Amino acid sequence: MNDAANTPARNTKVMNRFDLTSRLVAKLNNEEAVIGGIGNTNFDLWATGHRPQNFYMLGSMGLAFPIALGVALAQPKRHVFALEGDGSLLMQMGCLSTIATLRPANLTMIVMDNGVYQITGAQPTPAAATTDLVAVALGCGLASSAWAADEEDFERLIEQSLSASEPTLIGVRIDDKAGVGATRRDPVQLREQFMLGMGVREAM
Amino acid sequence: MAAAAEQTSSQASHQKSWHEVVLQTLKRNDIRLVPYVPDRVLTTLIKSIHADPFFTCFPTAREEEAVGILSGAWMAGMKGAVLMQTSGFATLANVLASLAVPYQIPLIMFVSERGTLGEFNYGQALVCRTMRPVLDSLAVEHHTCTRLDEFEFIVDRSIKQAVTTQAPVALILSPLLTGGKVFDK
Repeated sequence: MNDAANTPARNTKVMNRFDLTSRLVAKLNNEEAVIGGIGNTNFDLWATGHRPQNFYMLGSMGLAFPIALGVALAQPKRHVFALEGDGSLLMQMGCLSTIATLRPANLTMIVMDNGVYQITGAQPTPAAATTDLVAVALGCGLASSAWAADEEDFERLIEQSLSASEPTLIGVRIDDKAGVGATRRDPVQLREQFMLGMGVREAM
Repeated sequence: MAAAAEQTSSQASHQKSWHEVVLQTLKRNDIRLVPYVPDRVLTTLIKSIHADPFFTCFPTAREEEAVGILSGAWMAGMKGAVLMQTSGFATLANVLASLAVPYQIPLIMFVSERGTLGEFNYGQALVCRTMRPVLDSLAVEHHTCTRLDEFEFIVDRSIKQAVTTQAPVALILSPLLTGGKVFDK
C-alpha cells in the first residue's frame, strides 16, 4: 500500500506559490525568460509584476516545459525558467525525457505540487497520494532534480541552477491557495511582448 | 550567380526525391529545429536531417510537445518544423486552438498521410478523416502534396507564407507523393 507520508515530498515544508514566484523573480538580474504554465501558475507570475521576458500560457496544458525548452535551445546564453503545476506535468511527463536527452544547461524547471487541480475545485490528481514527481524526473535522467525543503532551500537551488552544467528541476510542495492575479487574456499581445523581451522584435 | 547557375544545371540532371526537396527547402528558409514523432514513410527524411549538422533534430514523446518546443523557439528567434503522421496530428486540436492559432505562431507541420490509398489499418483510415475537418474548423492553411513536380513550390511558398503571416500550415504528404506505407506480407 502506498503511503503519502512516506514519499520524500512529504518531508518538505508546505509553501505558497505566489511567495515562491516572488522570490524567484527577485533573483532575476539578467533578463532571464520565465514561462508560466496554465492557470494559477501564470496568474501568480503575472501578479509579481509583468516583465517583458515573461510568457503566459492561456491553454495548452502541460506545455510550459516544452515551450521553455524551445526558448532555451534558441537562446543558449539566456537562462530560462519554467513554472508548471503538478497536474500539468502529469499531462506531458514525456517531455522530461526529451529535456534529459538534450540537456540544456540554461533551463530550470519548477514544479508547483499541491496534489490537486486547484482551479477546477481542488480534486486530487491521480498522482497525489502515490507519485514522487522529483523521483520521476530523476528516473527520466534529470540528475539535478530535488525537492526544496523550505523557502531558503528554494532560493539556494535557484541560484545554483543559474550556473549549472545541466538542466535543473526543483519540486516545491505548495498549499491549495488560488493564484492572486489575473493574466490579461490577450494572446497576441502576450506573445508580442515576450518577443520584444527576447530581443527578436523591434518595438513598433 | 555563376555558382547558382551551375547548381541549377547539375540539379537538372538529377531528379530530386521528395525528401531531398523537404531538406533543401527547410535549409533555404533557415528552418533549423526539427522535432518529430516518427513514421515509416519519414524514415529517410529523418535520417538525412539527423545527418546534417545544420539542423537540431530530435524525437519527442508526443506531437503536442513538439508544437510547444517550436512555439518557444520561434518566439526566441529560431525557426523550426515538426514531422509526424496522421494519427499524431489527431492529438493536436487542443494545442492548435489554444496556442498556435490564437498566439499567431507560424507552426510548420509536415504530416505523412496514413489512412488512405491502400491503408490496411482501419483505425488509421478513420483517424485520417478527422484531420482536414480539424484544420478547416480552425481555418488553418493546408495543402495535400501529391506531385513531385509541384512539391518544391508548395513547400517553399507555404513556409514563407506561414512565417510572414504568422499562421500555422500543414503540408500533408500523400501516398501519391511518398509511396505511402503498404502491407507487405
